[in-house]
This record gives sequence, C-alpha cells and structure tokens, in this order.
Amino acid sequence: MKTIISNEQLQLTIQRLSHQLIENHFPFTDTVFIGLQPRGIFLADRIVAAIQAIYPEKKLEYGKLDITFYRDDVHKELHIANQTTIKFNIENKNVILIDDVLYTGRTIRAGMDALLDFGRAAKVELCVLVDRRFNRQLPIQPDYTGKTIDSILSQKVIVDWEKPEVVLY
Amino acid sequence: MQLSTRHLLGIKDLTAQDIQLILDTAAQFKEVLQRPIKKVPSLRDVTIVNLFYENSTRTRISFELAEKRLSADTINFTASGSSAAKGETLLDTVNNILSMKVDLVVMRHSASGAPHFLAKHIPAAIVNAGDGINEHPTQALLDAFSIREKLGTLEGKKIAILGDIMHSRVALSNIYLLKKMGAEVTVAGPPTLIPKYLQEAFDVNVSYNIEETLRWCDVANVLRIQLERQNQPLFSSLREYNLAYGISRKLLDSLHKEIIIMHPGPINRGVELDSDVADSKQSIILQQVENGVAVRMAALYLLAGKRSEN
Repeated sequence: MKTIISNEQLQLTIQRLSHQLIENHFPFTDTVFIGLQPRGIFLADRIVAAIQAIYPEKKLEYGKLDITFYRDDVHKELHIANQTTIKFNIENKNVILIDDVLYTGRTIRAGMDALLDFGRAAKVELCVLVDRRFNRQLPIQPDYTGKTIDSILSQKVIVDWEKPEVVLY
Repeated sequence: MQLSTRHLLGIKDLTAQDIQLILDTAAQFKEVLQRPIKKVPSLRDVTIVNLFYENSTRTRISFELAEKRLSADTINFTASGSSAAKGETLLDTVNNILSMKVDLVVMRHSASGAPHFLAKHIPAAIVNAGDGINEHPTQALLDAFSIREKLGTLEGKKIAILGDIMHSRVALSNIYLLKKMGAEVTVAGPPTLIPKYLQEAFDVNVSYNIEETLRWCDVANVLRIQLERQNQPLFSSLREYNLAYGISRKLLDSLHKEIIIMHPGPINRGVELDSDVADSKQSIILQQVENGVAVRMAALYLLAGKRSEN
C-alpha cells in the first residue's frame, strides 16, 4: 500500500483544480458542474464548495449524474443505480464532468452518453483527481488532473474521503 | 447486489431484499422518465417477446414501453390471430419464437401456472404478466412503489384489499408482497368472493364489512369484479354489489380521514368504485399506471443482468 496523495496534498490539489476552473470559466454564467455518481460527487462537492467559498455571491449550477443505465457491461455485472439530479438545462452550456479516478475511460464514455441525453452541451470538459495513464481502453483524456500516476492493471487506486487521502494497493 | 431469482414468476419467490432492490431501481428509472430523452441504452443487446394469451391494455402497453425505454428489441405476440388459434401448443409456440434468439419472455396466460411450466422447459428468463388467478407480480410491485411514494414506507402501514379476492391475481401478489415488507393487510368483500382459508394461510385479516375496513386502513386497493372468471353467480346483481361493497363519495366523506384509493384497472365504474371516487384527488390510479413503466423497467433490467450466469 502506498499513499499517492496525502491529506495535506489533497487540500492543495482541490484548491488548484478549483483555481484552474475559475481561470477558464469565470464568471461561470454558461458553465455547469456535473459530478459522476457514485464516487465522483465527493470530489465535485469539494470543488464546487471551494469555488463557492471564493465567490460566495455566485450561483453555481451543480448536478449529479448516474451512469449505471449507460454502462456497456450490463450483461457481465449488475450495478446498483444511484440518483441523478440535474435541475437545470445543459443546452449550450459548458459542462465540467467531475470524477475521482480516470482509468479505462469507460465510465466517462457512459457519462458523456448519459449527459448528451439531457441536451446538446456547447462543450464538455473532464476534471479528475487521479489519472491512471497507460490504462486507457478508449481515447479519452482529462482537461484538469489532480495527479497523474503510472500503475499496472492488478493495482487499485482508492480515494478515501474519510481521511481523506488517495492510496495505491 | 442482484435478484435471487432468474425469473419473475411471482412475488412468492422473491425475498424482501429483491423487492427492495426492484423498488429502489424503479425510483431511478422514474427519474429517467422525466428527462427530455426518456430512454437509456441498457438492454440494447436484449430481445424480448411479449406473449399475451389473454386480453390486456395497461400491462401490455406498459411492458412494451418499458422495453422500448430500455432500448430492447421487442416482438409482440397475441394469441388471437396467431397459430395458437390453429392449435399449436404453448411450448411449441415459445420454442419457435426462442429459436429466433429471444432472451426474455413476458407472458400473460389465463391458466394459472403457465409461466412456471414454461420456466421448467425453456432457457429464456420469464416475466409473469399475470397468470389466471395466481399472481401478477409487476402489478403488486407497482402498487407497492406507489404506496411507498405516497407514504414513504410500507412497513406498519394498513393496507386494505377490497372486492373480488377469489379471482384476483393482483390480490394474491399484493398479499405476498405486503406481508413480506411488513405491512398490515385486511381483505374485505362479500363472503362468496373471499377464499375460505385466506386468514390462516397468509396471516391477513378478513372482513365482510367495507365501511369498517375503510375506517381502519391507510390505503384501499379496490379490485375489479371479474365476471369473466365467475362460472356461477356469486352475488345477486352488480347494483346490489355496488350498494353493499362499492365505494361512494358519501362513504369516503363519512370516514373523516383521507385514505388513498388505488385500483389496478380496468375500473367497473359504478360497481366497485363510483366515478366521483375514481376521479378524485384521493385516487392515485393514474399514478399507478405511470409508475408501472418504471417498475417494469427495473424488473427487466435486473433480470437481464442475470442472463450471463446461465
């Protein structure tokens, strides 16, 4: 077991990702945040809260998206569905998809399919905490990355939001 | 987590966890049905045949819509106008359909146990859409979903099932489900329409007094009088039935509490339910129909997920 991002580093990383998003998207008039269920929402909650703390007067649009019904492995493994709450229109908006670990890219593929069923976004960007490069099965790359790591298939990356820290098994 | 069974033949075979899983999944599908594009690609690789040997409006349309919303390919079969009318047996018909690579069979039949028979003889997963006077599991699930949506939970709630209990597969499925989920159940109706050993067999209360039962319950699930299944007269006339066991506005107002009125449809207006009750805001009959699609999506989705084990 190896700690990839410690508690202190994680706070800094979330701050940095938030500032990168501010740099590219301020004043957030046409930007919405979508956290991917089930685990991406923990990062999304923190990023949205960090931006809100810097601009308390801004009304940020933040939704949660479940991709269970869009998975390509229904016949292999059954996943339990989580709640989707998107209470705004994403038509012509810049959407920032937020997830914790980018691995094969299949979750993000499903996420984009699910997202496009809510409308035609102007642009979709991807923000992840950990990018496991060299493990991709689809041509998908993040726009904002907390940390890029090299790992092999048998290893597991766990984001523990209770501590919080990121570890590699 | 997944279902403990590969067919949905009846609520009898489901565990409380299965029921919980189907209802929770249905809640997520209900959200899908509110989206601009009310469709998900989950069952893109699944082919489903709807085999209806008995008339149906709601259930057939609801299943078909559920299948389409899940992106499954569907085939519809109705007994009239098919080779069943030429004397082909049920097993032959189904085997012929399955040889065209069908994964799931949704089936309604007037013979109780027909889907159980099929389940023993064919490899596909089977969903019972009502068999004779035995079970109608998806109706009980959508009833439970609708009650849960209104009252938050089923546990400890007082549910009355009223009317023609004897001929009702909806009643039996509902009794199984409600008891498994910890609700209190009273069945009420004319003595000729309530099977004799119901109380002992299912641990439900039996009453022959509609007014008393309504005073007791939180929810009244009113069933249709099924004249087509009665071989001999079991009450003197529909008019008399309405007077003694029908639910009128006046009767409901006299209770001084707001109970929820449900009905699986089709309604015999002026027999078991008066129009001003069926169309009142206490009635959730149309919500039941709406929820039916989400619940059937959940059942089909969860059963399709079990295919790979075979």
